[in-house]
This record gives sequence, C-alpha cells and structure tokens, in this order.
Amino acid sequence: MSVAETTPSKTSEAPAGTQRKWWEPLTLIFRSGVGTVGLVIIVFWVLVAILAPLIAPYSPLAQDSTAINQPPSAQYLLGTDNMGRDMLSRLIYGSRTILLLAPISVFCSVAVGTFLGLLGGYFGGLIDEVVMRILDAIMAFPTILLYLIIIAALGPSALNVVLAITFVGAPGVARLVRSLTLDIRTRDYIRAAETRGENPFYIMFFEILPNARGPIIIDSMLRVGYAIFSIGTLGFLGLGLPPPTPDWGGMISEARKYIWTSPLGVLWPALAISSLVVALNLFADGLREESTRYQ
Amino acid sequence: MRQARDIPVLRVENLAISYETRYGDVQAVRDVSFEIQRGDAYSIVGESGCGKSTVAFGIVNFLGRNGKIVDGRILFQGRDLVGRSQEELRKLRGDRIAMVYQDPMQALNPTLRLGDQLSEVLIVHRGMARSEAEDRCVHMLEQVHMPDPANVMQRYPHQISGGQQQRVVIAMALLNDPALLIMDEPTTALDVTVEAAVLDLVAELQTKFDTAIMYISHNLGVVARVSDRVGVMYAGTMVERASVSDIYLHPSHPYTLGLMHCVPKLGMDKSSSYLYPIRGRVPSPKNLPPGCIFEPRCDFARKICQEERPSIREVEPGHWSRCHFAEQVLAGELQPLAHLLPNLEARERSGEASKLVLNVEGARTYYDAPSTKLIGGEKQFVKAVDDVSFSIRKGQTLGIVGESGCGKSTLVKTIIGLEKPTAGTFEFMGVDISTPVSSRDLDLIKNLQMVFQNPDSTLNPSYSVGAQIARPLRRFKTVPRNDVRDEVVRLLNMMRLGENYYDRLPRQLSGGEKQRVGIARAIAGRPELVMCDEPVSALDVSVQAAVLNLLLEVQNEMGTTMAFIAHDLSVVRFFCDTIAVMYLGQIVEIGPAEAIYAPPYHPYTEALLSAVPIPDPRVEQKHIRLMGGVPSALHPPSGCRFHTRCPRRSLLPDGGAICETTVPPWQQVTEEHRIFCHIPLEELYKLEAVITIDVEEESHVG
Repeated sequence: MSVAETTPSKTSEAPAGTQRKWWEPLTLIFRSGVGTVGLVIIVFWVLVAILAPLIAPYSPLAQDSTAINQPPSAQYLLGTDNMGRDMLSRLIYGSRTILLLAPISVFCSVAVGTFLGLLGGYFGGLIDEVVMRILDAIMAFPTILLYLIIIAALGPSALNVVLAITFVGAPGVARLVRSLTLDIRTRDYIRAAETRGENPFYIMFFEILPNARGPIIIDSMLRVGYAIFSIGTLGFLGLGLPPPTPDWGGMISEARKYIWTSPLGVLWPALAISSLVVALNLFADGLREESTRYQ
Repeated sequence: MRQARDIPVLRVENLAISYETRYGDVQAVRDVSFEIQRGDAYSIVGESGCGKSTVAFGIVNFLGRNGKIVDGRILFQGRDLVGRSQEELRKLRGDRIAMVYQDPMQALNPTLRLGDQLSEVLIVHRGMARSEAEDRCVHMLEQVHMPDPANVMQRYPHQISGGQQQRVVIAMALLNDPALLIMDEPTTALDVTVEAAVLDLVAELQTKFDTAIMYISHNLGVVARVSDRVGVMYAGTMVERASVSDIYLHPSHPYTLGLMHCVPKLGMDKSSSYLYPIRGRVPSPKNLPPGCIFEPRCDFARKICQEERPSIREVEPGHWSRCHFAEQVLAGELQPLAHLLPNLEARERSGEASKLVLNVEGARTYYDAPSTKLIGGEKQFVKAVDDVSFSIRKGQTLGIVGESGCGKSTLVKTIIGLEKPTAGTFEFMGVDISTPVSSRDLDLIKNLQMVFQNPDSTLNPSYSVGAQIARPLRRFKTVPRNDVRDEVVRLLNMMRLGENYYDRLPRQLSGGEKQRVGIARAIAGRPELVMCDEPVSALDVSVQAAVLNLLLEVQNEMGTTMAFIAHDLSVVRFFCDTIAVMYLGQIVEIGPAEAIYAPPYHPYTEALLSAVPIPDPRVEQKHIRLMGGVPSALHPPSGCRFHTRCPRRSLLPDGGAICETTVPPWQQVTEEHRIFCHIPLEELYKLEAVITIDVEEESHVG
C-alpha cells in the first residue's frame, strides 16, 4: 500500500545543490551546550596526557622524604603523598595511563561485541541462541566479581586490565548491536544484497554495520566513561597497574589511609576521575541529541 | 437537502501556516481558501508534502510546538478559530470537529476494549450513564455496518480486521454528532475491496448524518468517488478548486491536467498509449520559484509565468484556478510538449514464438507456524503459496495482483531464492531454481534481480548512489573493472538522473529518484528476469508515471522479462501482458491482460474490479462488495478458498454446496486464459462488464 505522508515534514531537506561537507556533522556538537562542555573537558585531559613531560613540575616517581603528606603549597601545588611524591605530577602522568587503557579496552569490547551481535542478529536461529545465552551468562555475574576473578587468575597488569574490561563489556555491546541488526536486516537493501548473492559476512560488515554506527559510537563514548571508572576501581582494589605506576585509582587507595591527616590527597584523583567520566557522559548526551535531530 | 446559503460549517480564508526549523521558518501552507457547507463532502487532493495534512492540523490546532498559523482565518460555524487560546478553542469547537486518521491501529488504544473506548467518548463529553452510552455505541456500530456490534464492543482492537478498525474509528468520530468530520487518508492503509466498502460508508454517512466532511487524499480515484467539490493542492497552496466533474473532465490548471494524464486509465495499455509524467519535482518550500510555483514543471510555461505569481481567480462560475492561462487550458488549446514522452517506438508485441523464461508448477511455500501448545501438538503451517502454476515468456510482463496477504510477495521471494519452497518445480531458462540464493551460481543470480517496494529502504543510506550501482557491476563483472564508472553513468543517464547524482547519498534523493536508482541497480547486471515488488505503489502519481515509463524503456531496450506485483489494477492493466489474480495463496484466474478485464470473470476478479477507485466521474462501476475479511492462511477454507466471501455462489445449484467441499476445476476460456471456479463458463460469460463509461467520446487522452 502506498505510504502517504502522515505528518507534515518539519525538517525539510537541504536546498538542492548545496552539498554538505563531510566535516559539517562534526560541528554539530557545538550546537549542544552540554556536549561542548564535555568536549572541552575531554580535550583538556587529552592535552594534559600528551604534554605530560612538559607541564609536570616533577617526575611522578621522584620522592621528597622531607615533604610527606604535605598540603598544597607553592612548591607542591596540590601537595604530596605518603612517599613525598608530587600529587600534581602523579595526576598528570596518571591521565596518560587511563586515557590509553580506557579507549583501548573499550575498542576491544566494542569490536568483540559488535562481531557477536552481528552474528547473532543476522543469522538468528541456533547461532543466535548459543551466542546470546553465553553472553547472558556472563552478564549474570556481578561485574566487580568478574573483574576480581579475571585479574586474580591472570595477575595485575595493563594487558589484563584491558582483557578484563573487554570480557565484561562485550556482552552489553553485543546486545545493542544485535537489536540494531534485527531492525536493519529487515530493510530492502539487505534483501537486495541477498538477491545479489552476497556473502553473509559482506552483508554484516558492509551493509548492516555502517548503518548501526551512530548508536555504537554514542554507546562507546559512555563505555569509555565506565571503563575509566572500572580502571579506577581496579586500581583502588590493588588489581590495576602494579605500583609505582601513577594510577588515579591506586592514588585514591593509598591516600585513603591518611584521609584524616591529609584529606585533599583523596580529593584530587577522585576529582580527576569524576570530571573525565562526567565529561564523557555529557559528550555522549550532546552527540545523541544532535545526531538524532540531524537525521 | 442542503440548507441553502446558510453559514458554511467551515470557511478557510487565505490560510498560511509555517513551521520553525533549524534552517529558519518554512512556510508549509500559503494562501489556502475554501469553504464547506453542511452535508457537503469536500476533498483536498495533492501529492505528499503539498501541505494538505497541515491544513487539517491547522484546523484542529494540532500543529505541534514548532508550527503556527501566520496568516488568514479559519471560520468554524462563523467564528474565527485563529489566535485563540487552547481553552477558548475547546469551548468554541467543543466536540463539534472530529478527525479520522490514516492508521486506525494508532487511533485505538490497544489495551482497552473497543466498547470502553467508544463509550468513554459519551461518558466524558456528554456525562451519559455507562449503560446508556453503551447502547448508543452499539447503535452507532450498526450505523457503520459493523457485523455483530454487541460482540465487537467486548473485543480488543487487534482482534478485528483493519477495515473494521477503521469503521470503529469512524463510529467513534460520529458519536458526538460532529458538525465537521475531517478524514485524513482514511483508506490509504486498506486493501482495495475494504477501501471500497469504507468509501461506500463515507458516502452514506454524508446523507445520513448531514455532517460536513473534509476528505484528504492523494488518490484521485477515491476523491472522485466520495466528494462533491475538490481542491487541488500543490506545494503548499491551492491551485484549483471546482466541482468533481469540472476537475476531472475540464481541468483548468496545468498541474491538475498533468495529474489526470499521468495515471493510467483502466483499459489503457502500454502498446496503445503513453503515460505523461510531470517532469521535475515539487519545489522545496524554502526556495520557491519567484513566479508561478508550478512554472518549472509546467509544459505550457510562458515568460509571464516566470515573472509573476498568479493569484487564484474564478474562471467560470464555481471553478477557481491559479493559472495565467486557465482559459486556454480549459479550452484544451494548449497541448503537452512531445519531447517529454518516452521513446517507445521500438516496441513490438512479441508473439507466441518467444521461449519460456520462467516456468513454475505446483509451487508451494509454507511457513512453520509456532504451535499453540507447549509440548507436542500438531505441526501447523501458514500456507502462504499453495499450488501455484504459471509461466512467463521472454520479453513479456506478468502482473500479479491480489490483496495484502494473498501470497504474491512470498511467491516472488521464493522464485528469487529468499524463501525456501516446500514443493513444486521452478524452472528458469531450463535450470532448476528451487534452491536458496546462497547456493545458486553467480550466472543464475545475475539473471534474476529484483526491484523493491519501499523507496526509503531500497538503498543503503551509508553509500553513495554511484557505489550502490557499481556494486553489482563489479560483482557480476558485467563490464571490465576500468569501465565501471562509465557504465554507472550510462545507467544513471538511462534513468534520467545524470552524472551529478553519482556522489549523492540516498537521503538527498526524492522517493522517485531513489526508486530509479533501485531500478538501475537491479538492471546493472543485465538480468534476464526482473521481479518488481510494487515498485510504484509508494510513489506519488506524477512520479509513478515516470518510473513506469522507465521500466518500459528498460524492457524495450534490453528485452527484459518482468514479473510485476501490484495492487493497483489500472497500473497492472497498463503495464502487463499477462495477469494472474491471487487469492489466499492460490491463483484464481490467469490470462492475457485484456481478457482479465472483460467477462468471463472469476467472481473474485469481478469484485476487485468493482472496487478499484477510478478517477473519472463518468465511469459506472457495478457495485459488488465482499463480505468479511480474508480468512487465515493457517486454516484456509476447504474446497474453493473463496467460498466464504463469494458473491456469485448463488449461480450454482443449491447455493454452491459444492464450493465448500470440492476444489474447483481449472476452466480454459482460451488457450491462455484459465479460471479456477465451479461456476460453468456459460454462466460467467453472462455477467455484465463491471466497468462502463457512459459517454461515448473518450478521445483526448491516449
């Protein structure tokens, strides 16, 4: 039956002839206030991480035995920790680890999750059943327990943190991608690809995936936030990076012991973690808002 | 019956509505004026995006947050509705304006019983007691010819069919005895036979309730059937308004004239006539041409049309037109330009000599139906296609028609290999094709391609037009690798799109353009057989003609064989050589196109033909309406599947008892025309033709 208009078209197409530039969608984020705030904070931390050797006043490992658990002063802007190390320098170098590990682990979990989600969603039937039930079983575990089991079994290291986050994050991504796939695979262009006799993997990766990218990207932004949390948690539990690597979670854990004598020691790394996580959430919100309006 | 010259129920004057968007204000409606008297049915007809629904939303003040009325007046029973607060509006309008929407399922609350939803209207608005309200509802359901109304009151919306749902919605709208009933495409989502019955109802309501009806539709045939007066809208403004017969027989605006010429008249066929498409597309409301808004697409455009915007004026009494040359158009002095017509000279109707391309015998496609019992229980099947046999000769077009759910799409999907056949032989150029597409060899895949129905989902939104047409070229190695781009450009030109479309993304194209790209992609590998699944049914009429002409050109140039699914009988008649009528998984009649449209008919074909809305008020159609809905394909009726709804069973001895028990025989009318019915051919021959035109001159088109 014919599809007649149901609502008046409120956003009509761009005037004919004016082709949109590829970068134009990227500027959309600035239309959203929260998105811009998020982006600014993220860019700030990324710059800090890149320029760490230039802006850090001390080495993150240098100890000053004469200044232990000092409050902020002109010499040590944010004070020192229990080993007399400069908090500011450790915070600056700590951003490097977290901004490296979080995106890598999210990338891995999104890659694995997307593959499994496409597989289950496109083929359906027994494959879907098996894949999804296994992922459900993983999701049934409390995440913190899973982290503990994995790190305890493999030992604390940067690689194992990435592995653990991938393992815990992939099922959620797979669920999302599967539901997107279930919708997209009913479209006629998928029928058209099938009538061309395309390989199922071509259809999954070249016909379906590009059309699912929007929600996947937004979900990934949120996931980077969760990953930063998780890395902080693992650091706090002593399962993150082995000391003396500057690690925000680890810093909180150490400073916690002296919370009564120098409470600010906990505050700085906690602020760093939360600012980054909030920024990523704001950014993802702004992105979602603007991209749905853009369509 | 009409009370002469009292205050019109609705009078719209110079209405202008605009929407605020990211790109600034967009004027969706400009300078629209019309009036509706009591007991009148007024139709607004136009293509999608022309603003006809916006006018309706403006009247009931449903414009949403970003829409506002910027100019004009809406007088409802003499009082202006524009610029009043919600509360004042509610008082003024009260419950005197009711609206019926396109999709009945969205107008009904799926979690409430129909009886509760209906009686709520009366309980809330009139403060009626529940029992009294329910009595009135049952009475109202009877008025809209709902079978067994007391029972329907107890049901939920999903338990009744789409046509019945729409009846309930109409009944609900009428409960408050509205002075104005606005119907926005109320039959667009329904099948033709159901549509015909709902349209009968609308016509009846008009006389019975003395309500003014504003009927919005894109379908010229529907409008001809229900209304007295018509307003034609184009790009947000009304270009012509007149009585039905003036609009259809003596249009005075080139756009209206174009609309009349671009729909195939029932009885036209491709060997004897052309469709005249309207070139170009509707201008965006943001950059309208400075002169006449229709000028860029108008075949008669002169210099003044580019410079001066015409205002609407009365050309003859009661006939208003927005054209500088309305009188000449009216007198038929202007003729469309010939260079826009498709190049179809090479056509030859190939005779019997051509060989069989596709031969299908005893095709069956069943779907597993989930058993209702948890464990065990008999395995059930949905018999989507059940014992279908037909063949197509090279260069010919087979049309498959039938209502939704008759199995026509499943049949095509089975042939193309997307569904697994349960039984039957499928032969394509002598090769067995009962295999799924994944196990067919590349050459076979290349030769069997498909054009899809929905223009919005036929193209992958992530790739450019060029890339999508190039893909089959690369895959089937139709042309050497280095020539792919040239070939894509050639195909684009063939589709009248041009090279500058190469890098565009699907969202930058209009529906018709997307569909043309879809056709280009299907024919890129130069297939032998193209399956078209309702390729034009989602398009506006002016675009439909262009797409059909393109398909004809493709067929002429490449000798492609086609199978063409459609529900529009005039399109099928125009486009196809052979037509198969399907009902509930079976073909009930198959034969050459012209034979299908003349007696002897299968009773179902006869009913379909009497239901087609025909955009010509002179046409007389026999009034045959089918009772009930299509039975479930899970438990199809025994014997002849049509026996539950057949209006012609009485022609058989003892009321057609045989139809319930015995599968009917195939009766050969001619070598190629078969009818699947118990009624003897002699009886079927005696049936009169369904469609007759009561005027002998029918010359000026075609």
